Amino acid sequence: MKTSQRKDNPTLQIKPKVSETTSIWRHHHILDVDDFTREEIELVFHTTQVMKEVMSRPIKRVPALRGKTIITLFYEPSTRTRLSFELAAKNLGADVANLSASVSSVAKGESLVDTLSTLQALGADIVVMRHPQSGAPYIAAKYIEASIINAGDGWHAHPTQALLDLYTIYEHKRSLNGLKAVIIGDIMHSRVARSNIWGLTTMGAEVTLCCPPTLLPAGLSGQHRHLPSVSIQPNIELALDGADMVMALRLQLERQQSGLLPSIREYIQLYQLTEARLARAKPDALVFHPGPVNEGVEISPAVAHGPQSVINEQVTNGVAVRMALLYLLAGSQKQ
Amino acid sequence: MMKSLLIQGGRIIDPSQGIDEIGSLLITEGKISWLGKGEATPPQPDYDVLHAQGLVVCPGFVDLHCHLRQPGFEDKETIATGTRAAARGGFTTVCCMPNTNPPLDNQTAVEYVKSKAASEGVVRVLPIGCISKGRKGQELAEMGELALAGVIAFSDDGEPALNSHLMRQALAYSCAFDLPVIDHCEDKALTEGGQMNEGIISTKLGLRGIPNAAEEIMVARDLALAQLTGARLHIAHTTTEGSVDLIRHAKEMGVKVTAEVTPHHLTLTEERVIGYDTNTKVNPPLRTKRDIQALIQGLNDNTIDIIATDHAPHTEADKLCEFDLAPFGISGFETALGSLMSLVHQGELSLVTLVTKLTHEPARIIGNSYGRLGTLAIGAPADVTLFDPALEWVVDTKTFASKGKNTPLAGERLKGKVMATISQGKLVYKDDSIIVKES
Repeated sequence: MKTSQRKDNPTLQIKPKVSETTSIWRHHHILDVDDFTREEIELVFHTTQVMKEVMSRPIKRVPALRGKTIITLFYEPSTRTRLSFELAAKNLGADVANLSASVSSVAKGESLVDTLSTLQALGADIVVMRHPQSGAPYIAAKYIEASIINAGDGWHAHPTQALLDLYTIYEHKRSLNGLKAVIIGDIMHSRVARSNIWGLTTMGAEVTLCCPPTLLPAGLSGQHRHLPSVSIQPNIELALDGADMVMALRLQLERQQSGLLPSIREYIQLYQLTEARLARAKPDALVFHPGPVNEGVEISPAVAHGPQSVINEQVTNGVAVRMALLYLLAGSQKQ
Repeated sequence: MMKSLLIQGGRIIDPSQGIDEIGSLLITEGKISWLGKGEATPPQPDYDVLHAQGLVVCPGFVDLHCHLRQPGFEDKETIATGTRAAARGGFTTVCCMPNTNPPLDNQTAVEYVKSKAASEGVVRVLPIGCISKGRKGQELAEMGELALAGVIAFSDDGEPALNSHLMRQALAYSCAFDLPVIDHCEDKALTEGGQMNEGIISTKLGLRGIPNAAEEIMVARDLALAQLTGARLHIAHTTTEGSVDLIRHAKEMGVKVTAEVTPHHLTLTEERVIGYDTNTKVNPPLRTKRDIQALIQGLNDNTIDIIATDHAPHTEADKLCEFDLAPFGISGFETALGSLMSLVHQGELSLVTLVTKLTHEPARIIGNSYGRLGTLAIGAPADVTLFDPALEWVVDTKTFASKGKNTPLAGERLKGKVMATISQGKLVYKDDSIIVKES
């Protein structure tokens, strides 16, 4: 009895941090990484380390979010992201409820706003939202007092995925400054790529994008101030030269039907991350994939399961990063 | 018998007669009856007086492109609300697009709009008829009968004739009536699912882009078909630098083409979409500064003949949703002058050019079948707009006469405001500060 009580109440390690960090953390919502400073991302790293320590205990729970209601609102199917958030919330002692909405039944947008007002009325403190349309969480944030966490919106952003990727690099390299990061694949349709471009460059890494020109979104090579500057290298061997981290993106098989690719077969020939190609990167380069993996399409099984792969670490770290973010958001609500 | 009205001491700008000077204007029996320079007063003594000191007095604005939504979409706008909004914006003639339900592809539908306009409208409404039956782009509508019913042009509006053969026949057939064919230039294969201008902002926001080429391909095709047929072609809402170049070249080649640009495409860029305000969603989309520069250049060298609002009202519920699900369109009548005046204040456009593009030039495209429009000539219908070029005001959509509150300018300060609108001799809108006194 006594030991379990002690284990259920080790919040002292976390609590003092809140007062130290309030001056850095200023987010009521987490909509993208584009408005995160380097200091804020570092705060997420440090808080994540504490959460990983919590997760390593025999009883992985702290009651830091006891009494908070967290609702996951998913307009798009998801397995790992939703589960990751749910576990994160439960590890912190929050009450969690899940709502799946199908967009087909919600042809009109009032329903998004209506749904959110309902969640507000039900007492949600944090709403974790995934939506197939870019920008939907921004509209939601206008109509709800609860904090919104964007768990992926259309092609636009997936901030918690980017933060867990950054954290995983940080664990291995301790600093992202000057690292060469290569993102390979369907950049155009990838919210993971967009959020990682923001996060990686904020932390001082240099980003190279590698994809068929038909999967490269417009305007990246021109002069602009709307996205961080990135290098574009359609040749995968050249792109991988000297890389410190490599991310392969999932290729949707529909891309062939919509005329963006001649065939999946040719994509594999030109863009699959193979052992031979990975050898062009630094020997200690890390291999990422946001999942779910199409093994044998964008990445070979040998690389996905090879010694440089951190795909499983990404999943573990995902829970810890989401715990950190929920904790920081809940802390900001108290202010 | 209505008492005459003297509009006294304003800056009269009437490009149709080359007038730009201080003077007074008398309206009698719905027509312009006298025009005097400086301090001159009319010979007849009995009239009311509207003091116009400090105001521009010009022909009522003529809008070649708007959506009044009736019949079929009365929740968005009606002829009654739409014409009141037009009056507040200084427009005395508005040409309504046929994308109603049913569409204006037959005489009966056109007659319905005309009769509603006569009974419920406060400004002149001139309908535009369809090119094809049901706006389906397959068979020509009965264009001859539509012409007899009084349409001033033909257009399938948002459904461009993708079939080049049909477009050719529409242009050729229209020659019999000397009416223009208006095309909304969009290659739909390039714009499917598109939400905004294609470029770095669409990439940033993760929204599907609409490339300039989608417009320019259709502009180029239409210009070639206009040259082939010798017909009158009018390009709706030009938005890209490339389109301006194509039209300029075609005019040099003698193609009978006219072109329009909207206030929003002249004053707002794609950067407005950041934040996902669905009121910035419009088709064609807001483009870049570079395009705006080309459009202004086009206005100044007369490549672009007119400014038209493309007033496209939607309900709040229509726009209160995810960006991808929101309909395209901006409610434009009531902010048109205020936003266009920013170009005058910045020195991009002269006041006279602006008035020309809103009055004389669109009137020339319409022709004389509805009387002399866009002029203050003696004997012409008394369509007169008074505006204060320097008055600052804040856009408050709650005061809009339009049912469509969908403007990205809500809450913004504009400099330049319509103060009074006279349609066929009747004062259909006046600002509270305007007082009409007996002489």
